[in-house]
Amino acid sequence: MRIPPAARRRLRRFAPLLGLVLLVLAGCAENYPQTTLAPKGDFARAVDTLFRSTVWWAAGVFVLVEGALVYAIFRYRQRPGGPEPSQFHGNALLEVIWTIIPATILVFIAIPTVRTIFRTAEPPAGDPLVIEVIGHQWWWEFRYPQFNITTASEMYVPVGRPVDLRMRTADVLHSFWIPQLAAKRDVFYGRDNRLWFTAEEAGVFSGQCAEFCGIQHGRMAHRVIATAPADFDTWVAQMSAASAPVPVFEGDSLALAGQALFAARACLGCHALRAVDPPPGQVGPNLANIGARLTIAAGSLPNTDANLARWLRNPQEYKQGVLMPNLGLSEEDIRALVAYLRTQRVAPVPPPLVATP
Amino acid sequence: MANAAVEQPHPRSDAHASATGVWSWITTVDHKRIGILYGVTAFFFFLLGGLEALLMRWQLGAPDNTFVSPDVYNQLFTMHGTTMIFLGVMPLSAMFFNFMIPLQIGARDVAFPRLNAFSYWVFLLGGLLLNSSFLLNAAPNAGWFGYANLTSKQFSPGLNVDFWVIGLQILGVASLAAAINFFVTIVNLRCQGMRMMRMPMFVWMSFITQVLLLLAFPVITVALILLMVDRFFGTSFFMPAGGGDPVLWQHLFWIFGHPEVYILILPAFGIISEILPVFSRKPLFGYAAMVFSGALIAFLGFGVWSHHMFATGMGPVADTVFGLATMLIAIPTGVKIFNWLGTVWGGSLRLKTPMYFALGFIAMFIIGGLSGIMHSVPPADLQQTDTYFVVAHFHYVLFGGSVLALLGGAYYWFPKMFGRVLGDGLGKLHFWLTFIGMNLTFFPMHFLGLNGMPRRVYTYPEGLGFELWNRIETLGSLVLGASFLVFIYNIIRSRHNIAPADPWEGATLEWSIPSPPQEFNFPALPTVYSRDPLWEQRRTHGTAPEPTRVSGEGIHLPNPSFWPIVTALGIAVFFVGFLLGVKLWVILAGGAITALGIFSWAFEPAG
Amino acid sequence: MSHDSAHAIPIETSTGLDSRKLAIWTFIGSECLFFASLISVYMVYKGKSLVGPFPHQPWTSPTGQEFEPILQIPLVTTGTALLLFSSFFVVMALAGAQRGDRRALLGWLGATIFCGMFFVGMQVYEFYHFVHEGLGYTTNLFGSTFYTLTGFHGTHVTIGLIWLLTIWILALRGKLPPEKSLNLEIAALYWHFVDVVWIVIFPVVYLMR
Repeated sequence: MRIPPAARRRLRRFAPLLGLVLLVLAGCAENYPQTTLAPKGDFARAVDTLFRSTVWWAAGVFVLVEGALVYAIFRYRQRPGGPEPSQFHGNALLEVIWTIIPATILVFIAIPTVRTIFRTAEPPAGDPLVIEVIGHQWWWEFRYPQFNITTASEMYVPVGRPVDLRMRTADVLHSFWIPQLAAKRDVFYGRDNRLWFTAEEAGVFSGQCAEFCGIQHGRMAHRVIATAPADFDTWVAQMSAASAPVPVFEGDSLALAGQALFAARACLGCHALRAVDPPPGQVGPNLANIGARLTIAAGSLPNTDANLARWLRNPQEYKQGVLMPNLGLSEEDIRALVAYLRTQRVAPVPPPLVATP
Repeated sequence: MANAAVEQPHPRSDAHASATGVWSWITTVDHKRIGILYGVTAFFFFLLGGLEALLMRWQLGAPDNTFVSPDVYNQLFTMHGTTMIFLGVMPLSAMFFNFMIPLQIGARDVAFPRLNAFSYWVFLLGGLLLNSSFLLNAAPNAGWFGYANLTSKQFSPGLNVDFWVIGLQILGVASLAAAINFFVTIVNLRCQGMRMMRMPMFVWMSFITQVLLLLAFPVITVALILLMVDRFFGTSFFMPAGGGDPVLWQHLFWIFGHPEVYILILPAFGIISEILPVFSRKPLFGYAAMVFSGALIAFLGFGVWSHHMFATGMGPVADTVFGLATMLIAIPTGVKIFNWLGTVWGGSLRLKTPMYFALGFIAMFIIGGLSGIMHSVPPADLQQTDTYFVVAHFHYVLFGGSVLALLGGAYYWFPKMFGRVLGDGLGKLHFWLTFIGMNLTFFPMHFLGLNGMPRRVYTYPEGLGFELWNRIETLGSLVLGASFLVFIYNIIRSRHNIAPADPWEGATLEWSIPSPPQEFNFPALPTVYSRDPLWEQRRTHGTAPEPTRVSGEGIHLPNPSFWPIVTALGIAVFFVGFLLGVKLWVILAGGAITALGIFSWAFEPAG
Repeated sequence: MSHDSAHAIPIETSTGLDSRKLAIWTFIGSECLFFASLISVYMVYKGKSLVGPFPHQPWTSPTGQEFEPILQIPLVTTGTALLLFSSFFVVMALAGAQRGDRRALLGWLGATIFCGMFFVGMQVYEFYHFVHEGLGYTTNLFGSTFYTLTGFHGTHVTIGLIWLLTIWILALRGKLPPEKSLNLEIAALYWHFVDVVWIVIFPVVYLMR
């Protein structure tokens, strides 16, 4: 079949598009820390495999059908003085063919789909790490019932061991999403949704809430920090020892001032500073180990002194609508509090992981 | 009454055809005028929705941007969705239902002209009410599908969600009334010889759409009622603390919501099926298959609603059932696309502007359909749902689908509606700006979604790799904005291009009467013997002469009426009473005005 | 062409049916989904109330107050029976209208309206009694679903009554000759629908446990 040059040019236009798709599929994870295309967990990998197969089918159908369309446009352009085209009304055989072929393709998609649905619906075998995930407006709380540890925004998990998430919300619907490890699941009130995965390698994995939950849905992020099992055990041990706030070194007057301020301004009313047995019903994230965390403000700001100061200066400025009010702190107060919060470190992040945001 | 010597002709002869003035428009019951009212109003709302989108895109053009506050952004994205669906695409389709269905079936008007007017006025009032919320900085802000329990009084204490609930209830009344009207019109007012399987495809798709409206809107009406009483009276239908379940909202909403998307696309399918044959100079390929696939899509469309809920954890069985059902819909949809290809194949393609939009529709809808199939795989959807991937999907099917088809229909039917042909050169410029703009805006969203950008976020940080694509999309949205300026300019520029009755050598009845039609449509109701009556006529009798305008004496038309707008006002007042905080006297006043309107309507002297 | 007022010009329609009759059937079809949704919500929440009073079981509140099962089956059964009879009465009224028998029309239609009014009156009494017994709209899921479902049904009955009453007054004034009997037929179709909905609601709410 003779393809006119214009059509060839048009068809060639689609090729780079396809190339682009494939490039993205290669999944440059360093550039896209939250990508779904570079799975590092078993659940995400199963999903990704399935997804890639649909992309190939879709690409094939796309090329064939769009190609036919573009071809037809050029081939059947009206030629001046041309005859009236043949007035055919249909073709029953064609109808059957182009019903059966798509149906067959769909069967090829459906079979692995159903297999994957049921395979991933099996709860993890062996000795999974159970973590309770509780969504709040606009941060995530993580509890480790097996260790009696509570933390927020940054979830530590060991590489190679199944993690069993039991998830719910404390207020409105949210959705817990870790693209590289475990896809997403919505969270509801009063009943647990479950999600399980096994991290395949160490790393800091970003995620965000994926169900619109109010004014600050856009800044409700979290990190899953997968570490070598030994490092994880260390983290557990360190957090389990945090049954009280870290005491301040006597000579550190600034931090001492901050400690006094933390009590005087009733920060403890919303934020606990111990990971073990914190008071129940806290409306703010648990701040045990805040000094060593990678991020603050629900995973949306790097944990630097400047950012901590910015947050304390006026949380509403950065995250309008958040439950923490503007406390009207003076710059001196802010410096003291930042110094104090920096002393609250019980479990530093393992060095190889610090560099990643 | 004048004396016999100067007896007026029948009150509704041609003298009324030139009735002008605001009052004649307020009391009109002429389907053509009502169609124009729908079109102008909907186009205005569509531009408003577009402005909302441009503001959103500007905010997202840079990371950590502060162009709008998060609260304003949330109002923008909620109103963009709500406006485009309920005040844009649906009433633009209604413009064509109104103007074209009676013409295409050879009727003088719809079955219930006053009910038709009533639907329009209710729509206008609902749209105005919904948008008046902006004046209070309290526009709806919980998303266009308003998930519980974010929409509860506890978590959305302001008026925003109240406006949303009340506005949609009012719009639902308009849709239901119109659906009854067009259903009966299509079933009962077809001219002689027009069996169901001889109707134009636009009429068929519109017919199926009316059935969807009739069956789907009551469900959202119930959902909105339950949300309303939760908010106004303190019940716990969706409140976990009182034993309610927010997931019930999702089920009720999507049982409506999925058929709703077919309500949005089926008329578009119908328009494409009108344009392609005319501009390919051969009949639609596979007429019967097109009818049955449309009906099958609508039927199956009621069985897939939980594919919007794959992330809620319904369990593997439910996921499987809904996943497979969703895949199933791809089959009749594919049948349609292939039949359109079959229509074009072997034809003699006149590449005028309507045809550009129709072909562009096919190209874009295929992309939207393919991403839809990706979504139908529940485990994969667990990554894609609630991200920019699904935003890409539905914009391809809604913009690349419905909007391109509506634009094609606009270019195609503008001559008939307004007696002017839109410029073809400007039309093609419009098309290319639209095509390039929409692909620039929406294609990168596939990448953003797969690379981890959730939807409905008012900003994003640096370092996640979202900047480049967002910037491109913002640029694309500006191109889209420009395309609409070109369209408006084309309309203004073309006001002197007088159109003949049949500028395109069409096949269907609307092309047999003058452009624009006279008030009574046909001097004598036609009889048809085929699906393409005008082509049939041309084959047997040669090209018909340009139809002349006649006096229309002796043709009986319904009188204009004031009661539809009164009744519509009553309904609006009734609902506003709730919005004001359940003010009983306002509610009762609204009820009284409605009752007055209905009774006066019922006892109005026959025309 | 078609008229949407009571006009005697016969219109040729594709189905041979009057458009208004087709319209009421279409409306009824849509309303089926409306009530199906409400009934489904009732059934989803059946047995899920966190506190009483309950429809079929007694309940003691945390403060020690005792509640009997709140539904009064005998009363409602009577109302149901009358509503069902009213559908028969309206058929008789329509027959009378169609053959021009004004007395029969007025009599049977009057009986229909009377039965309908009894039904609504029974419901009003029932609601009042329930509230008095401690079941408010927001007390529990049963209260919310019950009042919403039966309340909307009752509203539909009331609108039907106003409609039938209007026709009765027209008939009284001699304005319902046989040529205009379609008006009553359409109202009667609506009335039958409202009745059928109750035939579903009654067992679901009152009889099923």
